[in-house]
Amino acid sequence: MQNFIEAYSWVNIRFLLEGLWITVEVSVVSIIASFIIGSLLGVLRYVKIKYLSAVVGFIVDIIRNLPLILIIFFTYFGLPHLGFKPGILFATILAMTIFESAMLAEIVRSGIMAVDEGQMEGARANGLSYVQALWHVVFPQAIKKTIPTIVSQFISLIKDTSLATIIVLPELLNHAQIIYGQNSAYIIPMFVIIAVMYFIICYALSVLSRVLDRKLA
Amino acid sequence: MGYIISHYWNELVQGLGYTLLASVIALFFSTIIGTMFAIFEVLPNRLMRVIGRVYIEIFRNIPLLVIAMFFYVIVPLYIAKIDGFTAGTIGLTLYTSSFIAETVRAGIQSVDLGQMEGARANGMTYWQAMSKIVLPQAFKIIIPPMGNQFINLVKNSSVLAFVAGFDLMYQANSIASLSLDTINSYMVVGLFYLVITLPLSYYMRHLEKRLAN
Repeated sequence: MQNFIEAYSWVNIRFLLEGLWITVEVSVVSIIASFIIGSLLGVLRYVKIKYLSAVVGFIVDIIRNLPLILIIFFTYFGLPHLGFKPGILFATILAMTIFESAMLAEIVRSGIMAVDEGQMEGARANGLSYVQALWHVVFPQAIKKTIPTIVSQFISLIKDTSLATIIVLPELLNHAQIIYGQNSAYIIPMFVIIAVMYFIICYALSVLSRVLDRKLA
Repeated sequence: MGYIISHYWNELVQGLGYTLLASVIALFFSTIIGTMFAIFEVLPNRLMRVIGRVYIEIFRNIPLLVIAMFFYVIVPLYIAKIDGFTAGTIGLTLYTSSFIAETVRAGIQSVDLGQMEGARANGMTYWQAMSKIVLPQAFKIIIPPMGNQFINLVKNSSVLAFVAGFDLMYQANSIASLSLDTINSYMVVGLFYLVITLPLSYYMRHLEKRLAN
């Protein structure tokens, strides 16, 4: 018990919160970027533009089927050999965005395919162009249908930011490791508190997605 | 890339072996654990449902790496000497079991209620009806999502690299530092992952389509 009280000193908690802030920062930027890029790729894959859609589809499938850690390594250790040296923060955000965009592209595409074909036909019959119909009629319905899947993908993203400890991104898990590295009595208290922190964020999001899903249904 | 493949073939095959071994072990145990908690969640008993829910929510909402590191750091310190591979595989099993529990629960709930009622009306106990009538049908429905869970497992097993688990990702780093050819080392290891995950994911998509029609 004494260990817990000592481990949770204000200095340590503040240090953990600084880590948590990086986790949140990386997550929010990657979520926004991958939602935009993923939606675009998903639509591109759906609309069947000769060659382009097939190429996009193949690249998306390759990225989706690789471990995220490998992509993080590639952006951080690989890119400098190609003449571009990103910082730790940027390399992480880049890797997360590449990986999550591919995951979202697949979700968005399956969402669009689940929208009734009559929606597109009806919109076209009412004088909308193909792009307008896609953007104003089909796409919003596809997103509505896939909200639970999209949110659980974002929850995965938040959890996956912890993988960036391997390139020493100063996020939550990394800061916890630094604290218990100085005093092994703090190991259990540190694991408990970061597990609670991750849990609160991810669980809150999953509750939010359930509420959203019910409201929109 | 050819140089990396031919020069480090043994390391790559060993890494692939450990990756597959961890994935298969974790799939086996997380299916058993996941099915157990999925059944908890559909039981008439309220307490059991709460236990099932709590287990699933805990392991679904904490990063896999935190769970794996927990076993790697804490278990050897206070409980028993285990190596990185064991610690990583335990973490992988618990994490995946929560996702499999959700999948199996959805499968059970998609089986028509009449199946359970009919089996009960024919004199079977709840457990007989569950294990002989409902679960076999549920598992048939969830073959594609279970396949996707296995793909995730193969990808997620790369956390073994953090706990010295000798998997493909671990070998990627050692090959990259030995050969000094970072890009090609990672590309080759990526290929090794894709050889397993890509065909499986295409096959699962094909199965999904066939089941949908």
